[in-house]
Amino acid sequence: MDSLLLSVIAKPDLIVFLAAAVVVIAGGVGVITYRNPVHSALSLVMTMFGIATLFIEQNAQFLAAVQIIVYAGAIIVLFLFVIMLLGVDRSEIFSRERIRAQRPLAAVAGVVTLGEILILGHATWATGAKAATGAVGNSSDNVFKIAQAVFSTYLLPFEATAILLVIAVLSAVYLSKRVVVNVDEALDGPSSDGVAVANEDADREAPWEPDTENDDEVYEV
Amino acid sequence: MGQDPLFLGHISIGVVLIVIIKVLLAFVALMVSVMLMIWFERKLISDMQNRIGPNRAGPYGILQTLADGIKLFFKEDLIPDRSERFVFKLAPYLTLIPAFLVFTVVPIGGTVHIFGHTVELQVADPPMGILFVLAMSSVAVYGTMLAGWSSGSKYPLIGSVRASAQMISYEAAMGLTVATVVLVTGSLGTRDIVAAQAGSYFGIIPKWNLIRLGVVPFIIFLIAVTAELNRPPFDLTEAEQELVGGFHTEYSSIRFALFFLAEFMNTITMSAVIVTLFLGGPDGPILFGPSFIWPIIWFLLKTGVFLFAYVWFRAALPRLRYDQLMDLGWKVLIPISLAWLLLVGAMQISKVYGFALFAVFIVAGVALLRAVAVGKESNEVDIVTTFRKESPRRGALGGDQ
Repeated sequence: MDSLLLSVIAKPDLIVFLAAAVVVIAGGVGVITYRNPVHSALSLVMTMFGIATLFIEQNAQFLAAVQIIVYAGAIIVLFLFVIMLLGVDRSEIFSRERIRAQRPLAAVAGVVTLGEILILGHATWATGAKAATGAVGNSSDNVFKIAQAVFSTYLLPFEATAILLVIAVLSAVYLSKRVVVNVDEALDGPSSDGVAVANEDADREAPWEPDTENDDEVYEV
Repeated sequence: MGQDPLFLGHISIGVVLIVIIKVLLAFVALMVSVMLMIWFERKLISDMQNRIGPNRAGPYGILQTLADGIKLFFKEDLIPDRSERFVFKLAPYLTLIPAFLVFTVVPIGGTVHIFGHTVELQVADPPMGILFVLAMSSVAVYGTMLAGWSSGSKYPLIGSVRASAQMISYEAAMGLTVATVVLVTGSLGTRDIVAAQAGSYFGIIPKWNLIRLGVVPFIIFLIAVTAELNRPPFDLTEAEQELVGGFHTEYSSIRFALFFLAEFMNTITMSAVIVTLFLGGPDGPILFGPSFIWPIIWFLLKTGVFLFAYVWFRAALPRLRYDQLMDLGWKVLIPISLAWLLLVGAMQISKVYGFALFAVFIVAGVALLRAVAVGKESNEVDIVTTFRKESPRRGALGGDQ
């Protein structure tokens, strides 16, 4: 018993891998089997945490942290926002398929992806080195290696991605911006006396009203 | 660098035991400090509001929290009919666990030697250190969000949407200020961050990040953390006048208590994180007696200052409006912290670059503010003239609004 315990403790990698693999697979199955979209999203969070654990087990600590911050902390939160605010947070009955032959196609795609991963895991033709060669260096110079790759070898693609993201954000803001107009002001004109009086009234009677400077901004969460 | 000395050699039963003991000690310490913190907050805020506060259970009412806890345990646990049962039960734990996990990476003292092992006085010292704090605080959104949604009621949903929008917005400013600290440290590990702050300028002024980085990142971080914690003056999540009780309106009994436990635990851990990042953590002079005890005392004192400050904020500041909150986060804190990050980066290269960049930022900032003001004016004029041309009658527009 004692020796068994010792031998198990001596292999933390194996224990961590098994536990994380179970979490990842359970989460993945949950995503596609739950009827309620919120439950599916939560299963996806579970998968993300499992993958982050696997990253840590491979000494890729930075990737693990980014995985949690970006995917679990931002993207799936956005999923949940959309699900909750659109009011589709009820179990749906999928009696009719939206796209014909959706299920067989999904099965084929799954098998192809699995085959691809299995081949990539052993093949050398992509980069000349084996894809899955194990941990790169020890855990603390992980960040340095990523920084070196991103800011020297792959600087141009990295910056291009950054610009692309900024453009996407700006255009999203522009497209969703609604202009709310103060009707009285628009009709009477800013220079007429009536408006000045009305504004003074508003100031005196309703000091808790938001100031008119911010009226053209509509906050949508 | 950033490597826990405990796990360097062969992992034996002794190491596993030490880890378990550390986790248990941290958990108990955190629970007890939450109990004291609730008493401290109630007592202090009573003093500030000219009341007496809890004074029945124990000396000076110090056991009041224990009494409240026992009471809550024995209350009826209600689950609303229209709630999503599983998520409703899960949500309090999703709030509580990240709150505890953040504390694990905070160094509360130096290192001690136990049974031939070098043990750092913190539960874990992973190389990703401070990123773990960011990760856990971004995961903490789930508890709040799901609690509000699963209650199956309107006010909790509004409260939780407010809370999660607020937490996501302020995370950006928080992350950028953490990046400035990481930039001068050159490591993500919390122990390295603390070690880099040891020493002093001219033998008097401590070399803490508070002074090294200029005071701006510290202030931004303090504001961002207060918003992240949903504490006053950023407690729109539970604005009683507007939302009944916020995201936990439908909760009762021990589940309700768990939310408050998590909130106070978060307050304590985030104060500890501020101390770690900007005030040198357990750094301080060793005066007399055993040398390992002084860092712990300094750490507790510094954390205590921030706990006091949070209570003070609550007593002194009125609650912000929602648009003010979003303006502060997106239009003030994020640009300033971004500029300061670039500035710190330039200072790392050379002082000349740094000051040149500082001047450029001031000019650019003034130009940008002017541009925004001009744009706003011209927009207003445009809208007015177009509306005059297109719809001269009042009735046509009145229906639109």
